[in-house]
Amino acid sequence: MEIKVEKQVEIMAPVAKVWDALTDHEKFGTWFRVRLEGPFVAGEVSQGHITWPGYEHIRWVATVKEIVPEKLFSFTWHPYAVDPAVDYSQEEPTLVEFRLEPTASGTRVTVTESGFEKVPEARRAEAFRMNDGGWTQQVKNIEEYVLGTK
Amino acid sequence: MERSEALSGSEAEAFAALGDWTRLLLVVRLAAAGEDGELCSIEELSVYVRQQGVRLTRQAVTKHLRGLERGRLVRGERHGRERLYELDPEGIGAMQAYLEMVSRHWEKALGRLKEFVEGSE
Repeated sequence: MEIKVEKQVEIMAPVAKVWDALTDHEKFGTWFRVRLEGPFVAGEVSQGHITWPGYEHIRWVATVKEIVPEKLFSFTWHPYAVDPAVDYSQEEPTLVEFRLEPTASGTRVTVTESGFEKVPEARRAEAFRMNDGGWTQQVKNIEEYVLGTK
Repeated sequence: MERSEALSGSEAEAFAALGDWTRLLLVVRLAAAGEDGELCSIEELSVYVRQQGVRLTRQAVTKHLRGLERGRLVRGERHGRERLYELDPEGIGAMQAYLEMVSRHWEKALGRLKEFVEGSE
């Protein structure tokens, strides 16, 4: 059983246009806030720098997996690899998949990030320090997340 | 659904600990007990797991509980002759906080993609 996060958005534009915004490296960089050094190529490593103010020192490194025109764009990466002193390449990456589907009024984009069962505990502990929610509610949420993916 | 042990020693991870249907059932049962302020014995947990259609020995359930303990999702303590179990709020919280953070990140990113595409008509 995998632990994953899935989000969807409906965009009022044709699939071709959304696909272009997703896979053209400069357009991707605009909304994702990363300056990429070159186009996405399946099987190759994509590199660049985050352009988010305050995070410009962080490098973007992802390995492009699949580019199926107007349907699927996927890559693996190390989520929240924000500490320059840590060598994240030794850790198991997660898989990010963008899937596009035409709808009556435009395009549905579904993003799925999976493989969190392999993310080291230390990485999650960072997030925990920022969290002040009650743990009973947290357990309920976990049931939703995990059972929802079964 | 038995699976080979994915956990090893103190480096065991909470996510790996949950990557198994039996372990998830144990966490769900302990969460329900926790709401009533109760702890569970291995016997109670074994019965519950069998009720859910998973055929496991008490010994196998004990092994899963140890895996969950190493992943800090569950903690056990000795009460007389028995060992009783409850959820470990810290481990559970860390995992949830992490998934929430990832989830928020993607929600925002998709929002920016939408704005970018729709704004460039």
